[in-house]
Amino acid sequence: MRRFGQTIKDLWRDPMARVCIVGIFLIIVTAVMAPVIAPYEPDHMIAAPKSAPAPDYIFGTDNYGRDVFSRVIYGARVSLWVGLIAVGIGAGAGYVVGMIAGYFEGWADTIIMRIMDILFAFPSILLAILISTVLGRGLGATMVAIGIVNIPVFARTVRASVIAAKGLEYVKNAQSVGVKTFNVLVRHISPNVIAPFTVQSTLALSGAILTEAAMSFLGLGIQPPDPSWGSMLSEARAYMEQAPWMVIFPTIFIVITILLFNVLGDSLRDVLDPKLKL
Amino acid sequence: MDHLLEIRNLSIDLPRGKKLPPIKLVEGIDLNINKKQNFGVVGESGCGKSITCNAIMGLLSYPLKVGKGSSIRFQNSNGMEQEIVGMAPQDLCKIRGNEISMIFQEPMTALDPMYTIEQQINEALSFHTNMTKAEMHDASLEMLKKVKIPRAEEILRDYPHHLSGGMLQRVMIAIALINNPRLLIADEPTTALDVTIQAQILDLMNELRESYDTSVIMITHDLGVIAETCEHVAVFYAGQVVEEASVVDIFHNTAHPYTEGLLRSINSLGNAKKELYTIKGMVPSAGNFSSGCRFADRCNRCMDKCKTECPPLVEIETGHKCRCWLHIDGAVEEA
Repeated sequence: MRRFGQTIKDLWRDPMARVCIVGIFLIIVTAVMAPVIAPYEPDHMIAAPKSAPAPDYIFGTDNYGRDVFSRVIYGARVSLWVGLIAVGIGAGAGYVVGMIAGYFEGWADTIIMRIMDILFAFPSILLAILISTVLGRGLGATMVAIGIVNIPVFARTVRASVIAAKGLEYVKNAQSVGVKTFNVLVRHISPNVIAPFTVQSTLALSGAILTEAAMSFLGLGIQPPDPSWGSMLSEARAYMEQAPWMVIFPTIFIVITILLFNVLGDSLRDVLDPKLKL
Repeated sequence: MDHLLEIRNLSIDLPRGKKLPPIKLVEGIDLNINKKQNFGVVGESGCGKSITCNAIMGLLSYPLKVGKGSSIRFQNSNGMEQEIVGMAPQDLCKIRGNEISMIFQEPMTALDPMYTIEQQINEALSFHTNMTKAEMHDASLEMLKKVKIPRAEEILRDYPHHLSGGMLQRVMIAIALINNPRLLIADEPTTALDVTIQAQILDLMNELRESYDTSVIMITHDLGVIAETCEHVAVFYAGQVVEEASVVDIFHNTAHPYTEGLLRSINSLGNAKKELYTIKGMVPSAGNFSSGCRFADRCNRCMDKCKTECPPLVEIETGHKCRCWLHIDGAVEEA
């Protein structure tokens, strides 16, 4: 825990990271407090369709006359939630699978990594579409699909770190003392995996939000009338010329969120990389 | 079984896929280690001494494997014989650290930087005993005192980076001996230390060995260390044992030209002006061994026979084995 506290402190010292942490915190607050912040219900018609931004509805209204601002705010819930769960699934499964492959090598490694290679060979969006068609439409299926797509990336990251850590003398020493395999993995190898793993998680988070947007855009993610940033773009596609605000605002939020997570991931890597420490 | 550890026909394979035969990194090793014996293993880098010892621990790293027909039998503390080759991982865990333990070359990296000294000693205890936290604390403290660490109480709370190399090696010895193992494998325990500390560590090991009744396998490339600590010595060359004898015979009744070369390469204070003797050539790499004697190319007494036929390891005197044609003809006549 002391290390965790230290990491956060180091991170806070980096001005870019500080901006990101504050930004991400604001987005999370927005998502959690959506009913309080949003001026209208996301599925209520409040004005004429495709009205331009005005003091009453600052982001304008969409093709059904719904408030774009309220929808963007409610959409943050979906996007963040999908990102979190999908990365959770991908990172959790990838961690376990990568550990097994890296530690035992031999046939276990061959089987696991060939399956990962197959998953990796598909373009991620295509694979996500494939999985969610099998699982059915809806948010849950989308999350699982994006999660599965993320497994190979995590498995590879973890496996590489495990193989490197396995050659460390203190890991061999632990084995020679009679420490059981599971404990060797948890106590001595895991600390070496955490740094690249954490960085990968922040990067995957932005990737997952983007994939959700893309899938909703294609009509596979969240179902109307519930808003997500992706599905809002999908609906806006037809009215890009008459009501550009329908496209612009969700896009800005997607871009900002992903940028925040990516930059945070970068700073986190700098903080966690022991080679950059003095 | 009279011996504590019996290694029979040990070979270690490096597989090369299904079509090619595996490369034998180590071949036909026969060794006996007696109870309370200090056994030395000498050889150049890469001659197979370390992997042989890893095989004894069941710790060969992937993709290395113990070859067919190998046997490593160990007599455990109940007097039962156990075959280590092919043993289930959970049974191996019970032997490691409890019956056989190991000390590594680099004390600076052999302890996990994440945990305190106490946590790491406890790790060795918790897997082999049912002690409570307080009992483990007392046991660790006592053990640290035995390896002559000053301020033991404070050191227990320190992290590895707080200690010097010599101190860490003492901690390593404490961890290795805390469960009172019957066999201690020391893989070049003093190579990374400076000479004054080396002497202290060797003295400490000799002392502890006597009070613990532990057998020691001392792997080293330093013949000085062997002379200081061992009773019986095996000389490894290119994955084979080339000479095995008591320490006195190795130094004063040397049989194999390779051992002779090793002895001549020792530097000493008196002849500082003379150029250091070296054995010409290089150790052949595994997989490129000729069918003849593996030392033939570098040997200054090489005969025609040496280039075509590999000599067997033959007992030339009681307790003195040598793998060299120079000595075999005599031995054959006597038999």
